[in-house]
Amino acid sequence: MKTAFELQTYKSEIKPTWCPGCGDFAVLSALQKAIHGLQLEPWNVVLVSGIGCSSNLPHFLSTYGFHGLHGRSIPVASGIKLANPDLHVIITGGDGDGYGIGLGHTLHAMRRNLDVTYLVMNNQIYGLTTGQASPTSEKGMKTKSTPNVGVIENPIDPIALAITAGATYVARAFSGDAKHMADLVQRGIEHRGFALIDCLSPCVTYNRTNTYDFFRERVYDLNQEGHDPKDMKAAVARALEWPTAQRDRIPIGVFYQAEGVPIYEEMEPGLRQGPLTKARLGIEDPDELMKEFL
Amino acid sequence: MTRRDFIFRIGGAAGDGVSSTAESFAKICARSGLHVWTYSSYQSVIRGGHVWTQVRAGMDPLLSHGEDPDVLVALNQPTLDIHAGDVSPVGVVVYDSEQLRADPSKLRKDVRLLGIPLRKAAQSLSPNALMRNTVALGAVVRLLEMDVRHVESAFQDMWGDKKPEVVAQNVSAAKLGADAVAEYGGSLRLGLSYTNVPRPLMTGNEAICLGALAAGCKFLAQYPMTPASSIMHWMAAHAPKHGIVVKQVEDELAAVNMAIGAGFAGARAMTATSGGGFALMVEGLGQGGMTETPVVVVLVQRAGPSTGLPTKTEQGDLNLALGAGQGDWPRAILAPRSSEEAFSLTAQAFNLAEIYQTPIILISDLYLSEGHRTVEPFDFNVPIVRGLMVADGGSPGERYRRYRYTESGVSPRALPGTRGTVFQAGTDEHMESGELISDVLAGLPEFVEERRRMMEKRMRKLEGLRKDTPPPEVFGPANADLTLITWGSTQGPAREAILRLEAKERFAVNALEFPTLFPFHVDETLAALRGAKRTLAVEGNYTGQFSRLLRAETGIRPDAFLGKYDGEPIAAREIVAKALEVVR
Repeated sequence: MKTAFELQTYKSEIKPTWCPGCGDFAVLSALQKAIHGLQLEPWNVVLVSGIGCSSNLPHFLSTYGFHGLHGRSIPVASGIKLANPDLHVIITGGDGDGYGIGLGHTLHAMRRNLDVTYLVMNNQIYGLTTGQASPTSEKGMKTKSTPNVGVIENPIDPIALAITAGATYVARAFSGDAKHMADLVQRGIEHRGFALIDCLSPCVTYNRTNTYDFFRERVYDLNQEGHDPKDMKAAVARALEWPTAQRDRIPIGVFYQAEGVPIYEEMEPGLRQGPLTKARLGIEDPDELMKEFL
Repeated sequence: MTRRDFIFRIGGAAGDGVSSTAESFAKICARSGLHVWTYSSYQSVIRGGHVWTQVRAGMDPLLSHGEDPDVLVALNQPTLDIHAGDVSPVGVVVYDSEQLRADPSKLRKDVRLLGIPLRKAAQSLSPNALMRNTVALGAVVRLLEMDVRHVESAFQDMWGDKKPEVVAQNVSAAKLGADAVAEYGGSLRLGLSYTNVPRPLMTGNEAICLGALAAGCKFLAQYPMTPASSIMHWMAAHAPKHGIVVKQVEDELAAVNMAIGAGFAGARAMTATSGGGFALMVEGLGQGGMTETPVVVVLVQRAGPSTGLPTKTEQGDLNLALGAGQGDWPRAILAPRSSEEAFSLTAQAFNLAEIYQTPIILISDLYLSEGHRTVEPFDFNVPIVRGLMVADGGSPGERYRRYRYTESGVSPRALPGTRGTVFQAGTDEHMESGELISDVLAGLPEFVEERRRMMEKRMRKLEGLRKDTPPPEVFGPANADLTLITWGSTQGPAREAILRLEAKERFAVNALEFPTLFPFHVDETLAALRGAKRTLAVEGNYTGQFSRLLRAETGIRPDAFLGKYDGEPIAAREIVAKALEVVR
């Protein structure tokens, strides 16, 4: 019989380097609870991240980790998953990483519907580089890079993008509601297909606008208001509520979940013979192979 | 007349079927038992323009695509205007006598004009005038007195069993061309003999693919870019059978990062591109070096700078490969000199990548990668050496010292999924455990030392790579009046020049050829060049990128430099002329 893994087993001896009060602590804790809840073997979990405060997360859990380049966590994670689909691949990063420099990869990974989970710690600011505008910064927000009239671009709407790009589990969590977040993350990992969990994770140092209080006053659980996550059109409508339409009510919960959609690894003909990492290497019948050249 | 080889050239507009006709002819030659070497001059358009392909075939191994054609097939007027004057004495120009106008005054001595109503002949069999190429092909096969059954088998390959009527029609069309030759002057009587024992014919890119397959490549991520795309095409077509994942991804950033992900997970992984895509991969490559992840990157050079000449050849990306990535990280750069070496070095690259846990760059060029050439049999019995790995770790949750300091600089790898081994690979500077130095430890005295040691650990791999990569090789006589210095695909034309200089000019010339560009084989190079009387570096670029590397590594400055940067491959006669100029 398998020994149960303690919650502590998943914790690394490396202490988080985040500012006290950072929203990312809640995400770390939610993820730890989720993989504990699922009793995943630590060596079969690979956390892949990019660059940014939140991308340091893999070091704080005792699983495999790949802390790569800014904006490139998704292709690395895709390569890992395609090489060995038996692994649980979880991508963690920030809004700059996933919705800015790496947005192209984010959308393409969603349309592939790989069976991976993506946690974006969305604080609507660049923290590690000390406070520039991010792709999710609100219009008008003054930052180091927008000191005059504030941000004049529209913010990215990651939820709407994810639903339309082909992600099959799309949720939003809030670091102020850790229990809800842990549940959403666990369901995301359990989901077969690409899961995005956009985590509202306040930056207590550089974002004075989108604070815990800002969100506490505005968030509501859309699943308690009768939203059906199977309904794609309704999901898009809910997604557009914020930040696109208004800023008074912010839905959190599962916007969209499509079950039974074929996942990429299943459709990939190169994986029919099993994980690449377990394959026998080399050519069995070179003469047969050379026939086409004669 | 007794000749041992000949050159065929066919030209027309893109869309005229120039390349498919040339490919069929190359196949016919290879099946006749000849050695074959093709070069295709094409443009970045799908229809129109002017394209031509040259097929050289001979009874002895070939070293280049050669120079002037003996047989020219002109499918349009520009081909006649541009190429007819190049046809060698006693050669033949095949053209459509009802569609084109040939000017005999532009021809060299004794060149025969063979006007055949190609279109009309084709249309006598089918309304599709495209078979005019086949009529011309039939004429050429007759001119060279080759066995007509190879024509049928080439068509069989193209249309297969699906369209037997098309194969039959084309065989009839080829016969019309052959009959026309019999009617107008007969064959060329070059005196070649054909064994009719087929030789394998493939492109350099296909040789790279076979090398990858033999070495157990299981993952390829790539973005289309000429002249590397055909690697993805071939691999994709063969992927399901061999259990390989081949992905066309959104860009080259994704390509290199995905390959690194697959390599990290433990699959032998590769990506391929040309200069523009490689430029995008630069940061990713450094990531491979820093996280100590194996990956093979194929860089098929085309003429730059920037988008440059996408369909033309050059050796202009050496500086890019040498300098790819911020900071210093260990790499090897291998430059296959021939199709055979494209196979063997690709296979070796996979071993080196895993033994040394770092990106290995294989640098080819359009000339080598896209040319169809017959090859000597490959040794598919490639040893597969996966390097140091741990099979089982300690207790759950225990951190694995992935980057343990070792004498060789190589630390045993743990693959995700290995029980009881966990660690985090970081692109930030890190300690033996993978824990970062960068965040809260950088600059503290203990960690200044730690950083120095980790840097040295990684860079020590270069010593092993130097020993495990092929050293420069001398071709030609030991005591030469002139030593050519070449790398990669320049080998063939340079060797041909050396043989010609010896035969025709009685000059003893040799070449020092570099299959490994980095780490540089300093001692071997110094030993080889110590006695050299004069040196001439021959490279396909403007600044002498390899010459500068040679000078930086050894202090040796070549006496003369032949740089080619017009997009065309270096021809033996250009090297002969430059060599004579240098020696005299």
